[in-house]
Amino acid sequence: MMPQDEPKFDELYRELILDHYRYPHNRGVLEKPDVDMQQHNPVCGDEIRLTAIIEDGTISQIEFMGQGCSISQASASMLTDRVTGLELTDVDALSVEFRNMLRGDDPDEQMMQDLMALQGVSKYPVRVKCAVLAWDTLQKALKLK
Amino acid sequence: MKDMSVRSDFPIMDRLIHDKPLTYLDSAATSQKPAVVIDALADFYRNNNANVHRGIYTLSEESTLAYETARVKVANFINAGSEEQIIFTRNTTESLNLIAYAWGRDNIKEGDEILITPMEHHSNMIPWMLLCKEIGCKLKYISINEDGTLDLSNLDELISENTKIVSLTHMSNVLGTINPIKQIIEKANKAGALSVIDGAQGAPHLPVDVIDLDVDLYAFSAHKMLGPTGVGVLYGKEKILSAMSPFLGGGEMIDEVYEDRFTTKEAPWKFEAGTPNFADVAAFGVAIDYLDDIGMDNVRQHEIDITQYALDQVRKIDRDITVFGPKNLDIRGGVLAFDFPGVHPHDVAQMMDWDGVQIRAGHHCAQPLMRRLGVSATARASFYIYNNQEDVDRFIDSLKKGGEFFGDASR
Repeated sequence: MMPQDEPKFDELYRELILDHYRYPHNRGVLEKPDVDMQQHNPVCGDEIRLTAIIEDGTISQIEFMGQGCSISQASASMLTDRVTGLELTDVDALSVEFRNMLRGDDPDEQMMQDLMALQGVSKYPVRVKCAVLAWDTLQKALKLK
Repeated sequence: MKDMSVRSDFPIMDRLIHDKPLTYLDSAATSQKPAVVIDALADFYRNNNANVHRGIYTLSEESTLAYETARVKVANFINAGSEEQIIFTRNTTESLNLIAYAWGRDNIKEGDEILITPMEHHSNMIPWMLLCKEIGCKLKYISINEDGTLDLSNLDELISENTKIVSLTHMSNVLGTINPIKQIIEKANKAGALSVIDGAQGAPHLPVDVIDLDVDLYAFSAHKMLGPTGVGVLYGKEKILSAMSPFLGGGEMIDEVYEDRFTTKEAPWKFEAGTPNFADVAAFGVAIDYLDDIGMDNVRQHEIDITQYALDQVRKIDRDITVFGPKNLDIRGGVLAFDFPGVHPHDVAQMMDWDGVQIRAGHHCAQPLMRRLGVSATARASFYIYNNQEDVDRFIDSLKKGGEFFGDASR
């Protein structure tokens, strides 16, 4: 009944996550964006809005707005850092890898970079959707484009 | 604070969560169960299990007796005139949907109005919204004051000749507000509207006397009052139930069936199609006995004491914590929803979990109320008979610790 490995407080709330929560990167709404997508988590009310500018199949600029728990907001902030300058095909691959990591798979650390900080969330099934919300939003935004 | 001394009756209280003693503070969502209820359920399956209302054989007679005896106990518990006014459903939500479906479709016309409040659980909103969508009736709201009480200043205008249903919660699952339902029921009845009370937070925590309230229909759930999951109750006045169309169709609810027509049983069986949840209902009867032994006045007093203590302790924390709902314990139940500046409710609940403290975070199935409060979610601690002062102390310690952890974020 009890989990095998007792999860540790700081495995979830890594310092990098708290930093992004306290001082989010790329927070705002772009004017005249190519994509503008908002998603929320009906269970807890977390909200993420992404606006991005796409040039030649590459995300040249992306900002997020939203409200919610530290995991959801930090994840959005980290997403904007990580995907800026990436080609859409790479974003797609990254998104898949990120989701797999949160499902418990061993990630490609070179691909994940800072996103590794969110690996601990995979031990908290209820919080996985907090971490994935920004990525869901991005995926939906890019598919609609 | 007087100790209820019942904590040891609840086996789950011995559990450790992350090596810490369990501090269960989510009874507004569901209550824990005393050993007598857990044992009653197992005993039933071991010794008495057979389908009800069927056999001429011993087991079915025993099973039927247990099921129908529980109905009598529930009737007595809320002072219903007769056990035939007690319908068993799956939960409060189903009870309220039953009303919207069976009474609503026969009695509501286009342009009619249904009056509710902004502090309703979704279960006392969506059934009416569905009905309004189908029929074209209108949903109206009593306003809410800053302090989380209802604004009844214009109630006479809100309840008009077009008002066909007035439905509201006995006690808010977020604000803890205990509404002056008797006064509102009286106005609804006078105007010829159907009075409906969502008693999901009422019946478990407050003495309820449906005759004194003069309420038409009163709904509640067993699992929030020490009983098993999967059992709901709908009390109704005899004349209303007998005139009401059936809800679900099938076995158990019929009298005679021909190839082209059928007749139904009398209430309450008319509303209980299919094999009912008789094992859980039988165990619910034991939960009612248990609450009767304690006495609902004592339950209420304990919750006043523990909630007052919790409110006082929260106030002492050196943070700008917002506690929602009325401060006056005469009109407040054992629910403490709060906003911790700079820390999201999910993070509050997550931190507390590490200390074994189980609280709820989210919109508590009351999104319209959350919007009125200007928050997307809140953290909520709620109390019941098994909670004691140590539970509150552990809750407060954990809250302080979390505040320090997230401290920089809130500055």
